[in-house]
Parts: sequence; C-alpha cells; structure tokens
Amino acid sequence: MDMKRSYYRDLRLFDTWPLGLWLVVCAALLALVPFFAGNYLMYVLGYIAINAMVALGLNVLVGYTGQISLGHAGFFAIGAYATVLLAKAGVPIPLALVAAAFIAAAFGFLLGLPALRLEGPYLAVITLGFGLTVENIFAKAEFFGGATGPSVPPFSLSLWPGFSREQNLYWLIMLCAGGTILAIRNLMRTRVGRAFVAIRDSDVAAACAGVDLTWYKTLAFAVSAAFTGVAGGLFAFHLGQVDPTTFNLMLSILFLAMVVIGGVGSILGPLLGAVTISLLNLKLKGLKLADFEQIPLAGKEIAGFISRHFMETGMANIQFIVYGGILVLIMVFEPLGLYGLWIRAKRYWRTWPL
Amino acid sequence: MDILGNLPQVLFSGLAAGSVYALVALAMVIIYRTTEVLNFAQGDMAMMSTYVGLGLLVAGGLPFFWAMLGALAFAAALGAFSEFAFLRRAKEPTVLGLIIITLGIEMIVFGFASWKWGGDPRDLPTPLSPADVVVIGGVIMSYLELATIAISATTISALFLFLNRSKAGLAMRATQQNRAVARLMGIRVRRVEMGAWALAAVIGGIAGLLVGPATTVEPYMMWDPMMKGFAAAVLGGMTSLAGAALGGAIIGIIENLFGFYVSTAFKSVVPFAAILLMLAIKPSGLLARHYVKKV
Repeated sequence: MDMKRSYYRDLRLFDTWPLGLWLVVCAALLALVPFFAGNYLMYVLGYIAINAMVALGLNVLVGYTGQISLGHAGFFAIGAYATVLLAKAGVPIPLALVAAAFIAAAFGFLLGLPALRLEGPYLAVITLGFGLTVENIFAKAEFFGGATGPSVPPFSLSLWPGFSREQNLYWLIMLCAGGTILAIRNLMRTRVGRAFVAIRDSDVAAACAGVDLTWYKTLAFAVSAAFTGVAGGLFAFHLGQVDPTTFNLMLSILFLAMVVIGGVGSILGPLLGAVTISLLNLKLKGLKLADFEQIPLAGKEIAGFISRHFMETGMANIQFIVYGGILVLIMVFEPLGLYGLWIRAKRYWRTWPL
Repeated sequence: MDILGNLPQVLFSGLAAGSVYALVALAMVIIYRTTEVLNFAQGDMAMMSTYVGLGLLVAGGLPFFWAMLGALAFAAALGAFSEFAFLRRAKEPTVLGLIIITLGIEMIVFGFASWKWGGDPRDLPTPLSPADVVVIGGVIMSYLELATIAISATTISALFLFLNRSKAGLAMRATQQNRAVARLMGIRVRRVEMGAWALAAVIGGIAGLLVGPATTVEPYMMWDPMMKGFAAAVLGGMTSLAGAALGGAIIGIIENLFGFYVSTAFKSVVPFAAILLMLAIKPSGLLARHYVKKV
C-alpha cells in the first residue's frame, strides 16, 4: 500500500504535494510564534525542538543504520561544552555551533571505530562507557569548570531587529531544528542514506554489494554525533547554564527512549517521541502531592497513601517510572512506536470498510 | 611516599573492590549466556534489594542475617517477575528490543526506589564495621573488605559448581546454545530463563549488599559498580564465568593502581579504557572461545 513503485518517487523530498504544503504551513506557524507568544511557550517549544534534534540525530544511528548508542548524552555534553567554551573565547555563536558539530562528529568517528567489530551488546556497553566517561571528565577536570560547569556567555546573536534574547534564541533553535529535519531527510535519499539502511538490514549483504562498512558505520556515528552536538550547544544557551551532572546515563536512555517511543527508522517517529517525552518531562518534573488530590473519586486517599509511604523530595522521579513504563509497553505491544500506530490507523482508514 | 611499599595495600583494596565487580559481572553473564540479553537493570535491581534489606533491618527490626536473606529473596522475586512480566511478553523480540526493555525496567526500578526512599544517602549498619582492621604483613585489612572477598569467593565457587555440575546449569547452557532443540529435549525453556533471571538478581543483590556498607545506600549507588561489572564481563568474554570473575578482579586492581599512582579523580575512566583496549586486541575476551559469525 505504501509501496514506492518507481525510483523517482523514492527521490522526492515530499511524498505528495499536499504534505509539502502542510509542512510549509507548520514551519511558517512555528516561525511566527515569537511575534505573538510569551516566553514560556517559546521555552517549551525550544526545549522540544532541541530534543527533537537529538532524537533525529540518534535515529540516524539506531533507526537507519541499526547500531545502538547509550552514550548520546556524551555527545550532547561535548557539544554544549565546546559551544560555551568557544563562545567565551570570542567566537561568534553560529561559528561556535558549527565547530561544536565538528568536534562532536570527530568524537563520534572515534567511537564508531570500535563499532566495526562489535555488535549489539558489546556496542551498548562501549557507548555506555563513553557516556559515563565524558560526564566524569567534564565534572572532574578544572579546565572545564569542575562540578559547577563553565558560565554561559551572553547570547548576543540578533536575527530580527528588536527581538529579545529569548526570541532570537527561539529562532536560532527552530532554524537548526528545521535544518536538521531537511538535512536528514535529504541524507536518507542519497547513496549514503541507502548504504546506512543496507547495513541495518544485513551488513554482510551490504558489504557484498560494495558498501564500505568501515566508512559508513563510522560516518553514521559521526553524523549522529554532529546533530546531537549542535543540539547540546543550543541547550547550553537555552538553559543558561551547563551542569555536568545533567549529562548522565538517564539522559542517554531518555534520548534512546524518544527514538523508540516515536518509532525507529522514520522522520515523524523521533519527532513524535521527542514531543511526548519533552512534554511529559516538563509536566512531571514539577509534580506535587496536591496534584494527586485532583484525581477523581479517590484523590484524598491516594495522596494520603503516597505521603505515608513515599518521600516528598523524590516525587520528581515519578517521571522515570512513566518513561520506563512507556518503553516497556511500547516494546511489548507496538515495537514500531507511535509511528507504527499512525501507520496502522492510516492503513485502516485507507482500506476501510475492509 | 613509599611507592613499592604500598603496593600490597593497593592490590588488596583492588581485590576487595574487584570481587564486587566480579559478582556483578557474573550476574550479567548468567543472563547473557542463557537468553543473550544484556541486563541493564542489573545494578538498579540490586540497589532496590539493598534498600529492602535496609528497611527490614532498621524499620522491620529483623536480625542482620535474616534481613539480608529477606533482601535476597526479594531480589529473586524481582528478577523472576521482570522476566515473566516484561521480557517474555515482548512482541517479535530482537536483541535491541530486549535491551530496551531492560532499560525500561531499569528506569522503573530507579524511579520507584528514588521516589520511595528519596535521594539522601543512608548508612547500612553491619556487624562488621569498616573501622575494625587487622594488619597482616603491613597490609591494613578491614573486616568488611575481608568479608567482601570471602563472601564473593564463596558465592563464585558455589555458582561454578551449580552451573557446571548440576542439571539446572546444563539446562541453562543448552537453552543458550539452541533454544528450539533444548525445548524438544524436554527442557522447560521459559522456566530456565526465569530461573536465570532470578539467580542473576540474587547474585547482583549480594553485590549490592556488599557495596552498601562500604559506601552508602542511595539510588545512584550501583551505577559505578554496574559499569565496572559490565567492563569485567566484556573483559572475560561475556559467556565465560571464570572470565567474568577474573575480569572483575583485574578491573578492581587496575583501577586501584591507577587511582593510587596516577589520579583519583579519573579512576572511573579506567574500566572503559580497559574494555576498549581488550576489544581492540582480542574481541572475544580473555577466556571465551572466539565467536565466528556464520552467514
């Protein structure tokens, strides 16, 4: 049903022209947000867009090339530190972001090298170790500002006359996120993208067909790391501080969760996943006991039970239970994630009333 | 500073730390060689069991031995339940998918434990205080370290006997080698897998109960030992029990040597470097046969 019957259809940027039109409308709406919305909405959208960039970048590796990474918080941290340190040294912010992309890509390339001989579990352990090591080095080395992290320089970029810091930052984030979507969509329509997919489906067959595994596997790591690095740089400005402890194992798993929950191997999937996880994160981080009293019927009893048996200070950790639960449920019931549900719904309506 | 004179002390502390890593690595290996899944929830399941032990000891008022036994029983139940409720239910399971399920379990357990008990570090009171020491040949050994080494060694030996000499151990190996044939031969494959998870959780739980008194009990307590346990398992070749035990000891000793002679701050980089080096030189690990992929 969703089969592509000619090579040229595969090469199109948008599958159908109405889809293209809708995407342009969405982009225009997002671009207009700073003119009528307050800072909080821009903060939320910016946060979602940053996460979406990471999810899309990680998806190149996990969804398209079929390699696992539990260390993307490491690339995220590298991007953040590189951007902040370069910007502090006087490099203009766009240049610092580009440099961060290349630095992260270089580390991705290095991490990709062992990936050549490793499969599934081994790769997971190596990337996990990478993430923990990067966090450790940033938190301990004096050069990087130690446990408190470096101070973030003022965001001095101006994209539109009269814009405030938040508005400028919002546009920059959206530009980068839009660029990421376009770049990855384009990448997947090229020889390189097809090589990635071939490696995912069968690396032996790909090698037989003339795909250079060494080059393409390391390239996948580098590309994925580059997008994550830029997102990390934007995140540093978005949050206004760099705290090395945020780049921990949980963040790496969260990035992976975005890709998996949304659905691996598509553009829409990671976007949906990033939106879901980001909104849940913002919602659940500030959870209070009073929120449980709002539950209909047994609100008071539930709140009472929770206050008797659980720690008030640990309430923010409910988010991890929710993410973990979603992850497990997705893998048990719909391994293709939200994107899989979308495909199923589409198929149901297209063939209706069959 | 007496460089060489301190060497036995450093080696001993390394061995004490390494024996815990060896336990974590063994737990990893038990699950990996039965079901080919890497269990990322291992560390946090152990952390939760330790909290349960602490609760039984302090709030429940049980004697130390029974509280620890209760914690291990809880660990076994948690491991078996995770396998039964989540991994067995996976739809079209792939290795990546199963790893993601264990990550999901890890998040659930971590979230639950840090919600229930909060982030404050707590002390796990033991009859063996780290302050009681015995000096043998100039090496200061605390009772706790000696007990850690002794308990690990006993557990590891018992495990060797169980997995290599008992029928259940044979069933586990058969399940890993060929699930379908094992099933045809009358092995209850699913029960074996559940048993492997329970056993691994108990081994991990022992590690948690040994880490608890040495440091403090807190939600993050097992992340570092888990990473090193992973490193040890990879070093030993993922499928070899002896390799995992040896790997744990090696990681502990190297780490302590590095910490003593080079830098304490970057001690945790060591296991990562060790696996990278190992995989670059001999990817199959120290004590495992080389794995050749058939096309």
